[in-house]
Amino acid sequence: MIDYTEKIRETARRLLEKGEVEVFIGYRKGSVPMMNEPALIRSPEEANQLHWDSNCGLNLCNYLTKRTEKIGIIANGCNSRNMVTHIVENQIRREQLYVVGIPCKGMIDHRAVRRAVNHREILDIREDDETLTVRGTDFDESLGKRDFLQSNCRICAHHNPVIYDEMVAEPIEENGGVEPYKDVEKIEQMTPQRKWGFFTRMISHCIRCYACRNACPLCYCPTCFTDESRPQWVGKSSDPTDTMTFHILRAYHCAGRCTDCGACERVCPVGISMRQFTKKLNKDVQEFFSWEAGLDLQQRPPLDVYRPDDYNDFIK
Amino acid sequence: MKGLLEHIGIESGRLHFSWVSSAEATKFVEVAQSIAAEVKALGPAKYLIKKRAEVA
Repeated sequence: MIDYTEKIRETARRLLEKGEVEVFIGYRKGSVPMMNEPALIRSPEEANQLHWDSNCGLNLCNYLTKRTEKIGIIANGCNSRNMVTHIVENQIRREQLYVVGIPCKGMIDHRAVRRAVNHREILDIREDDETLTVRGTDFDESLGKRDFLQSNCRICAHHNPVIYDEMVAEPIEENGGVEPYKDVEKIEQMTPQRKWGFFTRMISHCIRCYACRNACPLCYCPTCFTDESRPQWVGKSSDPTDTMTFHILRAYHCAGRCTDCGACERVCPVGISMRQFTKKLNKDVQEFFSWEAGLDLQQRPPLDVYRPDDYNDFIK
Repeated sequence: MKGLLEHIGIESGRLHFSWVSSAEATKFVEVAQSIAAEVKALGPAKYLIKKRAEVA
């Protein structure tokens, strides 16, 4: 997967030189290990900044909203599904995009890696197909990459992009029998009291920084409901009820749209598993509408259309 | 929405949805009564209630 970097740079250089795209969106190495950052490349000379490894967990679709120029962009499975969602929601036109597809083998969970080295400062991390080599001033450890995948990548069934104009490598085999909703089912079995306890504890560290919202490509409203003050939909302090309200509403805005890319969890400074909210909704839309977000450019999303046979058991 | 709220611990039976036309007075009464009865049976809500701010 690491060897994609050279191919990505070549492709970006070619597209920019030929003038086929005005900007190429990809990742470059961040200033600290495991924190690759999005990069908007505008000239062929800058293309060698581009980088690809297992730390490209931010969703590039965030940088597409309402752009007007011709854009080259790299896309793995989940990012491409968000592009489809963006196109379906009229945030960008398909013709504007030149999608460079990446068969993705999953991103690594930077928190799990930090835990594995007992939170000692990591100065450098290298990877090959199977192993991560983590170095600090007084340690040098090898870890199996497979054991440190982000939790959403473990259950991923869309490694390959849904839409692309060219691929950097051959598509890889998709996971067969993944059971994506095992954790949701476990919570569904709980009593209301235990559920409430679970979610209250989960968000108790939330500092309302809204990093989850900002990292999410679905959250492109010009003014978010959390920032509005007239009317003020939700309290802005870290009062537990306000915080819960924020998380419920944020998740609900993603209903039928979330691709489980995991960017929200990745960027959370306090490590909240807020995918537990969106996953429940993903499970529900799958059960009630047989819908998975971002797979089809032609079909309208379930919350966008009415069908006489829509699920309506909850209405008296 | 109901699914998500119940998933985080709001008791099933506290949240109701209904579609009542302005011409369906009888249905309105029935729905209102049954909701009131179900919610009463559950007792006062414990969760997702904003009390006085816990932070200054």
